[in-house]
Amino acid sequence: MKSIYLDYAATTPVDPQVVKKMQPYFSDYFGNPSEIHKWGLKASEGIKNARTQISKALNCNPSEITFTSCATESINLAHKGLIEAVRNQDKKIIPHIITTQIEHKAVLETCKHLEKLNWAKVTYLPVDEFGLISINDLGKAITKDTVLVSIMFVNNEVGSIQPIAEIGKLLKTKYPKIFFHADATQALPYFDCDVNKLNIDLLSFTGHKIYAPKGIGALFIKSGTPIIRQQDGGSQENNLRAGTESVPLIVGLGQATELIIKNRAKESSRLKTLQKNLISKLTEIPGIKLTGHPEKRAPHIASFIVKDVEGESMMLLLSDLGIAVSTGSACNSQVLSSSHVLDAMGIAAEDSHGSLRLSLGKDTTKEDIEYTIKSIKKVVTTLRKMSPDLTGIEF
Amino acid sequence: MDLTYTKEVLKHLKSPKNMGKIKNPDGEGMVGNRVCGDIMKMYLKIIKNEKGEEIISDIKFQTLGCGAAIATSSVLTTLAKGKTIKEALKISKDDIIQALGGLPAIKVHCSILADEALKKAVENYCSTLKQH
Ligand code: FES
Repeated sequence: MKSIYLDYAATTPVDPQVVKKMQPYFSDYFGNPSEIHKWGLKASEGIKNARTQISKALNCNPSEITFTSCATESINLAHKGLIEAVRNQDKKIIPHIITTQIEHKAVLETCKHLEKLNWAKVTYLPVDEFGLISINDLGKAITKDTVLVSIMFVNNEVGSIQPIAEIGKLLKTKYPKIFFHADATQALPYFDCDVNKLNIDLLSFTGHKIYAPKGIGALFIKSGTPIIRQQDGGSQENNLRAGTESVPLIVGLGQATELIIKNRAKESSRLKTLQKNLISKLTEIPGIKLTGHPEKRAPHIASFIVKDVEGESMMLLLSDLGIAVSTGSACNSQVLSSSHVLDAMGIAAEDSHGSLRLSLGKDTTKEDIEYTIKSIKKVVTTLRKMSPDLTGIEF
Repeated sequence: MDLTYTKEVLKHLKSPKNMGKIKNPDGEGMVGNRVCGDIMKMYLKIIKNEKGEEIISDIKFQTLGCGAAIATSSVLTTLAKGKTIKEALKISKDDIIQALGGLPAIKVHCSILADEALKKAVENYCSTLKQH
């Protein structure tokens, strides 16, 4: 049976070169990097090397990289840590955060938490039908208390690319006191994340979307950005994240970052071609529509609405044909509610019911895409035959 | 939360039983699930046996919904087919879940949907009878 994984936006396999690089750090160089004996030094050397690899990718100083366990933790640290630090400077004001309605839950839930504590006021910017915010809206939302603008680089459900460079420029030139956080989880393998060029103060990403293992992430904190650590204990990670470092995972993240940067240009254009074919063939099928922006989208995400079909059953039947995809259907969510991203884009719940996301990666081939197109046609026909005639039905 | 389906659920999803429409049915019922937007329709053909009992001689379903919604409607048709209306009405959501070897907790509501669709189809049959 075929085995075609098209869910790279959910997670990626670990690159064999990454595994190889990590290997000795499990049993040979197992020392605690806080110790200064031979074993400890070998481990801290591995961390130092990884920090340098990542700093090169982001064009920052190695000391500006903090290792965490995942993007969610990086995001929590960036938002909560900054707000706590800002509040310490002046308890009278309630700091204001501007973010978007289509952020990952890690950002949205962290913001809600801060609101609940009354530590911050939050504006959630709307998006247009393509999932893009407007710079105009952002400018209008800024108040004298705004301390943080937090915008994702590439949306994980529909692949739309936010105008990160423009936002960075606006903040730097007109509001230099406001800090800018970008969630680059889906962007790093395909877009230049030069924090200097983009004027980013805080940037989060994770290993398991870039061919490193799960359980490791990083946060770039521009020097001078006030942050109070959220995990207390020892003085690891420059006093920003207590806990013994996971040396093998850190080494893996460093290596994976170096690899994706090396392959970025080639891989982006290769996936763009595959994605184009996939989008044009699937949207030829009646009742299948692209979601997200037609051009301003990351090369690895192709997302659709399939009319008169439910996403979970589509996913299960495709899985039976050996293909892994994902859906934003309410039926497939643990809370039975439709995707907040599709909602924010103005897509009705009965349409997001039939949402389908295919995300491509380094092992995706032309043949995979051809087989997938054929299989989707088959599955959609089967499920539509199963569905009652819905014309004239109102719910 | 465990969301994995049993083999039985996947079997019904892959090759559903009694899927489709009955032309000129003796009863039909449709229910919609506002929680997640699924729709289920049941069609019945009823005959009387020698004892004068009303038997479901044929039953078909159409469903727009998740894997569990499709599997519960499919398995329900197999449970109800050939039964008297009285017996068929006794089929509970637990019977449906049992026949599928279990359902993830969050999917139990889909089995209620199937159950309601059948009851509505029977009601529809009874009410059309009265009109004659
Ligand atoms: S009917 Fe939507 S979850 Fe099953």
